[in-house]
Amino acid sequence: MILVHVDHDRGAVDAVSLQALTLARCLDSDVQAVIMGGAEFAPELGEYGASIVHVAEHPGLTDYAPQATARAIVGLINSLAPTAVLGAGTARGNEVLAHVAAMTDLPFAADCTEITLGSPVRVTRARWGGNLLEESTVITTTLFATVFAHAIPAVQSPAAGAVSAFTPELSPADLAVVIIERAGAASAGVTLAEAKVVVSGGRGMGGPESFSLLEDLAGLLGGTVGCSRVVTSAGWRPHAEQVGQTGTKIAPDLYIACGISGATQHLAGCKNSKTLIAINTDPDAPIMQIADYAIVGDVHAVLPQVIALTRAATGA
Amino acid sequence: MEILVCIKRVPLVGSTFILTDDASEIDTRRLGFTLSPHEECAVEAAVQLRDAHGGSVTLLSLGTAETEEQLREQLAIGADRAILAITDGSEPDPQATAAALLEAIRADGAQFDLVLLGSESADVAGYQTGIRLAHALGLPVVTGVKGLTVDAGVARCERAVGSEREVYSVALPAVITVKDGLNIPRYPSVPGRIKARKKEVSTHEVTLAAPRIVKGRLVVPAAAAKGTKVLDANEQGAAALVDVFREIGLLA
Repeated sequence: MILVHVDHDRGAVDAVSLQALTLARCLDSDVQAVIMGGAEFAPELGEYGASIVHVAEHPGLTDYAPQATARAIVGLINSLAPTAVLGAGTARGNEVLAHVAAMTDLPFAADCTEITLGSPVRVTRARWGGNLLEESTVITTTLFATVFAHAIPAVQSPAAGAVSAFTPELSPADLAVVIIERAGAASAGVTLAEAKVVVSGGRGMGGPESFSLLEDLAGLLGGTVGCSRVVTSAGWRPHAEQVGQTGTKIAPDLYIACGISGATQHLAGCKNSKTLIAINTDPDAPIMQIADYAIVGDVHAVLPQVIALTRAATGA
Repeated sequence: MEILVCIKRVPLVGSTFILTDDASEIDTRRLGFTLSPHEECAVEAAVQLRDAHGGSVTLLSLGTAETEEQLREQLAIGADRAILAITDGSEPDPQATAAALLEAIRADGAQFDLVLLGSESADVAGYQTGIRLAHALGLPVVTGVKGLTVDAGVARCERAVGSEREVYSVALPAVITVKDGLNIPRYPSVPGRIKARKKEVSTHEVTLAAPRIVKGRLVVPAAAAKGTKVLDANEQGAAALVDVFREIGLLA
């Protein structure tokens, strides 16, 4: 049996957790889910392959509490003895399984793209934000692993989805770190992660003032502005706009990279864009090799033309 | 406030990965080295907290003697001293990393109010060293922090979730792992570099436990053949882009 930790937040199941359920179903016919509260999600988790949904019920688990979640999962591991425990390759999914691994002193393989159970256990996992893959064997009694976000699509595979409620034993230390407050975003408008169009600038923009060109084009296309790490390090734009391995990883319908060379740090964040346009003075820049459309030229000359023609086409 | 920052030397990768012939490592013969961006922010945060609250900033890294380069660089930023836990240069798995860090902390003997790490290393990205170290030290841990203030011995930690922020509160001593975007790390000044030469880097030999995640080979994922269409840098090229916008349905 494989146990899958499913995260949920404010009324919705985490998409990557469903992907983890799908990978688990590829490995074992018996997949069970564990969720902190949220019995109402059991039918949905059943649709994605969970035969039993173990619902942890505890007054300390009304909102996300990382160590308490891990303690509840360790309790289940002790009673159910799964062959593997999987989770989502997200900030929360990786955090919870790292706690589980620390509590049980077993290995934990984060961000896996492939898993083969048996002896030995084999995993392929992402390094460098997915720009490099590592093939490893894991020496363990129970595999702890998370599934790299969006490496595989979630596929429905109906199972019973029967609820089994349990009350975990939690110590005060397990509940020492909990959310005390939620704060909204500093800026309104379309967020980088959700935007269908992202117009992004790099070192080739020359300075913060040139970003008004990107704001104009993004506005015409109903998108938002992004940037590379060079730009945030220079203080030209806020970090919330950074696309990349240590910024935000995005997969918009259209990504327009302006004056961005395409270091691996940046490509890790934008290579899943459905259509990628690159404007750069250097024809050999890495971004030009992965672009669908490339214009070799200076953004300061090219963008005003693109903006004028787009404005004419929209009638704006 | 006594602050420890754990940092890791990683290759400064440009646009492509060149592997060794046996594909077990990145070929670093032509590469420089750096820290991961998360850890640069951790050091910057530590120096700012020290300047505001007093105390000192100690750096800790695992690796061969070459790792002193990264420690000196961050001493130039303003950290006070450094500990280099010397290893045989093999790549430890996350469990072995946390165990070796713990050994070096115990051997040093100092007590720390705050232990900072990056959320995950730039290279291996195991997402667990800070959490394992926290459990070993018996301390609470908050991870992936992008906003950090300390007041009256309590750290207020913000982390980004989508477009929102979650706020956690934790009493020190604690372990906190941070992310790029926490601050804009300063560059070392010339006087900073000169001072850094005289700062203490103590060394301590550690033995790495055998990895339980045993690395086989590394693979550079094949990029899909894109067949890039090159457009002219003139009005025809701009018009072609507008056609692309129309095809995607952005101008409907």
